[in-house]
Amino acid sequence: MVDPAEPAFVARLMGVSHTYGTTLALDGISLDIPQGRMAGFIGPDGVGKSTLLSLIAGARSIQRGDVQALGGDMRAGRHRRRVCPAIAYMPQGLGRNLYPTLSVFENADFFGSLFGQNKAERQQRIRTLLKRTGLAGFEDRPAGKLSGGMKQKLSLCCALLHDPDLLILDEPTTGVDPLSRRQFWNLIDDIRAARPQISVIVATAYMEEAARFDWLAAMDSGKVLATGSPQEILAHTGAATLDDAFIALMPEDKRSAHHAVELQPPPSFDEADFAIEAQDLTMRFGAFTAVDNVSFRIRRGEIFGFLGSNGCGKSTTMKMLTGLLPASEGTAKLFGRQVDPRDMDIRRRVGYMSQAFSLYTELTVRQNLDLHARIFRLPPETIPTRIEEMGRRFQLLEVMDTLPDALPLGIRQRLSLAVALVHSPEVLILDEPTSGVDPIARDQLWAMLIELSRKEKVTIFISTHFMNEAERCDRISLMHAGKVLVSDTPAAIQENRQAATLEEAFIGYLEDATMETPDVVATESEEGSDTPVPAAPPHRRLFDLRRILSFSRREALELRRDPIRATLALIGSVILMFVVGYGINMDVQNLTFAVLDRDDTVASRDYVANIAGSRYFIEEPPLQDYADLDGRMRGGRLKLAIEIPAGFAERVARGNDVEIGAWIDGAMPQRAETIRGYVQGMHAAWLARHMRETYGDAAAASFSIETRFRYNPGIESLVAMVPAVIPLLLLLIPAMLTALSVVREKELGSIVNFYVTPVTRLEFLLGKQIPYLVLGLANAALLWLFAVLVFQVPFTGSLLTFAAAALLYVAFSTAFGLLVSSFISSQIAAIFGTTLMTIIPAVQFSGMIDPVSSLQGLGALIGKIYPTTYFNIISRGTFSKGLAFENLGSAFLPLVVAGPLLIAAATVFLKKQAR
Amino acid sequence: MRPGTIFYLGMKELQGLVRDPILIGLIIYAFTIAVYTEAESVPETLNNAPIALVDEDNSPLSRRIGDSFLSPYFKQPVMITAGEMDARMDAGTDTFALDIPPNFQSDLIAGKAPVIQLNVDATRMTQAFSGSGYLQSIVTTEVSDFARASTVEQAPNVELTLRSRFNPELNQRWFASVMSIIDNVTMLSIILTGTALIREREHGTIEHLLVMPVTPIEIMLSKVWSMGIVVFCATLFSLIVIVQLMLQVPIEGSLALFMAGAALHLLATTAMGIALATIAGSMPQFGLLIMLVLLPLQILSGATTPRESMPAMIQTIMLAAPNTHFVLMAQAILYRGASLSVVWPQLIWLAGIATILFTFSLRGFRRSLK
Repeated sequence: MVDPAEPAFVARLMGVSHTYGTTLALDGISLDIPQGRMAGFIGPDGVGKSTLLSLIAGARSIQRGDVQALGGDMRAGRHRRRVCPAIAYMPQGLGRNLYPTLSVFENADFFGSLFGQNKAERQQRIRTLLKRTGLAGFEDRPAGKLSGGMKQKLSLCCALLHDPDLLILDEPTTGVDPLSRRQFWNLIDDIRAARPQISVIVATAYMEEAARFDWLAAMDSGKVLATGSPQEILAHTGAATLDDAFIALMPEDKRSAHHAVELQPPPSFDEADFAIEAQDLTMRFGAFTAVDNVSFRIRRGEIFGFLGSNGCGKSTTMKMLTGLLPASEGTAKLFGRQVDPRDMDIRRRVGYMSQAFSLYTELTVRQNLDLHARIFRLPPETIPTRIEEMGRRFQLLEVMDTLPDALPLGIRQRLSLAVALVHSPEVLILDEPTSGVDPIARDQLWAMLIELSRKEKVTIFISTHFMNEAERCDRISLMHAGKVLVSDTPAAIQENRQAATLEEAFIGYLEDATMETPDVVATESEEGSDTPVPAAPPHRRLFDLRRILSFSRREALELRRDPIRATLALIGSVILMFVVGYGINMDVQNLTFAVLDRDDTVASRDYVANIAGSRYFIEEPPLQDYADLDGRMRGGRLKLAIEIPAGFAERVARGNDVEIGAWIDGAMPQRAETIRGYVQGMHAAWLARHMRETYGDAAAASFSIETRFRYNPGIESLVAMVPAVIPLLLLLIPAMLTALSVVREKELGSIVNFYVTPVTRLEFLLGKQIPYLVLGLANAALLWLFAVLVFQVPFTGSLLTFAAAALLYVAFSTAFGLLVSSFISSQIAAIFGTTLMTIIPAVQFSGMIDPVSSLQGLGALIGKIYPTTYFNIISRGTFSKGLAFENLGSAFLPLVVAGPLLIAAATVFLKKQAR
Repeated sequence: MRPGTIFYLGMKELQGLVRDPILIGLIIYAFTIAVYTEAESVPETLNNAPIALVDEDNSPLSRRIGDSFLSPYFKQPVMITAGEMDARMDAGTDTFALDIPPNFQSDLIAGKAPVIQLNVDATRMTQAFSGSGYLQSIVTTEVSDFARASTVEQAPNVELTLRSRFNPELNQRWFASVMSIIDNVTMLSIILTGTALIREREHGTIEHLLVMPVTPIEIMLSKVWSMGIVVFCATLFSLIVIVQLMLQVPIEGSLALFMAGAALHLLATTAMGIALATIAGSMPQFGLLIMLVLLPLQILSGATTPRESMPAMIQTIMLAAPNTHFVLMAQAILYRGASLSVVWPQLIWLAGIATILFTFSLRGFRRSLK
């Protein structure tokens, strides 16, 4: 694939700059990355390594400068489309591009299908790769339930499925245990051995890994400090190790902040003074035992290290000690007192830092410290001094008013530690505080920990994957599969295994425990390279049905794994139809009225009886006077009050003019209008009857009005409402589902798969739409069946017409959700926005209650263009009016147009690259 | 339970909100533009009702009837033939079609009691009822006036003087604006508190809180007060600026009393938001639950259609919803100028519902943390 005439650079950067808001991530970088090599980027956190990698991968749009990768300009969409099958990109974060509810095999299968591989080829490749990564046997396990190391291996499998020429790995081993890390790099070595032309670009925080790379670029503050082979960099700086070389490369101000960690001998411990005691701690989640009979005791002031493979129960044990999780069995004691989640006093003596950054990203550094100081009830007058003190101690003074998101990981971890220490706890429980943190920041953190332990006698319980950190602990425990394998001083453990390094000893213990030998990986890799699978010719079609379907299949799988969502959508809509169908009723009845009868004659009583006898009104005790009338109407107890003047009967008999007064409660205008209509009708009827009785038919101008309530002769609310509720529900639910399905990917990170795979925007959107279209149609069918069979609403028109309209309409509503999702990126805003943009127009402006022709202003305009209006016409037409396509053709046109139009708009708004 | 912790955690929520411009934009939109458009768009019940006239008589009387349908209640009647009537009604063009038979005037004078046919599209529930009654009275009045003029007998003129209280012109905008605010209050308070809780869970910060000396009730109260106060202020602003100043809707009763009721209502709905968030496993599930809860709350509260017309069972069930009482109270205070002596039952209902919902969601929240 590689043209030998091309320069031997896999990627070239010329004057590349990138900013996020006001933060400068890359500052005019020009760099050539050699081809067919393993190129590494090292540097502190937040210096722009990830940005650089995502630019090369084409996942992020280029702001300034030029990026060439695989011999073309990555600015050009055509080139990106052409080379994207040849680039594999693994973003930072454990399994961030995986779909947690999908199984290992389904995840891999999805990626394979995106690159146009046929089923047989895909399956063969997946099996080979899974076997080589040691994931064989876990095919059916959901990706979300894998340990960190396994997730990274699966991510790598997915990246390797299509035989890329360029593999871009962003901190692939951060937070991964030493054994898995070793297996991971062996795998990469095998792949490079099998396909020498492959270029690998890696960002890493582990210097021991970087030492194995062919070529390195050291970065700081958005600039490249040095490039060359590890040997060249060592020679250039005159340092013995890469760690030292890296520190030597740093600018003066950062270097001066660094001091080699000085270990201090543990003080002589008072034997009986235990800060933390665990006795036979056991934690079960269902049938799975996460922590199995763990016991240890940590003395006051000791630094106790916790090591172990990913998912071995370290975090769970720590959570039990903090009281976050109640232990299934065994006891945990802090300062000799049993851990009790309700004991606020104990909590004040413990500082905890969880694995993931869990401070508030919406608060600045100072606000975070302040909040925590206040929660821990520090005396308010001491808080500013304390914050200042913590800021100085953890070198946070310069970033006091910055949001944590804008800070590099290392500084964020310092902040986390500062927060955990703000209340001067006696015990610190730290869960992998240094994962992903660069060497300088890590050493600074450790210097602080050692000081805390030795000077302030703070007991520190820390978990880590770094061996040089483990060596600094007074004692360490090795954990595996919920059990403690060994617990001793680092030196004793190393001696016990007769290993050269602590890492060797650790891996030795793990291998004993898993009964795995190191050459498994090697032999399998040979087997793997023996059976090369020919790469499929790359698909470069602009529109590929197979890619659409692979997105649809994946979305459908996710929907199936979350049955609550689909059930809520289906059952919920039926419940809503019931509620709304019964609830909305324009046939106002049971209206309370009372009479102020100043005449009190046969005639006046006859007039009142005329009203009281109707089915609409209920007569209340008569009114005494105007004050009574006013009080009762104000209290809402009367909807209508009638006043009959004195001498009513006499005047009527004499043929004089007479006036009857009626007051209507106008608080709810619609109800008042209806009452007015009723009263006027009844008055006219009474008058006509009276005239006929007195003067005979001719004089009474006797005639009658025969009112025919058409389409719904019983004037039943259900008959009128159900056909209008179906369009409402078929809008709200599908739109919400599709909007969230895209925004969720944006928020959780898997959207990157859309950025870096050859799928187009239209394919992505259509692929997302299809499963929800199917669900929406099922919903429509269910609603129709319930309407006809359960609610007994007569369906008089053409079912085919209704079904066709429902299909077009659901296409619209799902497209509506996709359009919302194309410009919104948080789930909260998506829920809010979708609710706001669907409920009001559909309920108020689409003819469900008021006819669109009667609306005015903006509402009338919305009503005329909102497709719900037209589906309402079709639904009512086919349900109640016995109509078919011939009569409803004009209502179809907007429905036909709406879906494709919105999809087109969503395609325009959706970004194919991150910013 | 410590007020300090609750206060500072709540301040944290507010600071978080300030940093989410889209959310703030949507809140502002909901309480300004959305309220305004909804109030301006909703028609009078009988506004521009489309009517068609089949005049087979073509007499002075029938023409007089035809001229009696006045704007703004009715559109200018469209003269059609009997044959066109069905198609027009099928297409939903006309809500009413009045058919005056041949020889109507002469039959009337001859005392033959002729029959006028009024066709009503009963799928248009709002106009069908009030409209047909009103139409009948218009026609009857015209015919009676005509008869009186022609027979010269001294028939009594019994006038019915209708006055509507609290909203003399039955201006729909008065009602729609306030009800739209109530809908937004419910929607926002549920969404804001619910999503604030789910976000803490999805970002892992809730776990962080729980290792500190903070109890679940403090976490919950902090969200309730902070999100409640946002909606509270937005409501007050919307009532004064949008409803009173811009839409010129007079408010009869005490604003303070109304806002006190709103505060109780907010306590109930924010607690509901927390309860929904503990039930929902993820944001998508929460999104669906929102739809399931909001729609009945809004439609059946009495803000969309009168409570009296709902089936008894639904009326009873809806007594458990805070909206029902809030709507009743709002109508009483804002339109009828009712005082505490009138609305105290609603306030007690609201307080009771809020307490029950709060207790229930606190229990759910505690359980979800285990």
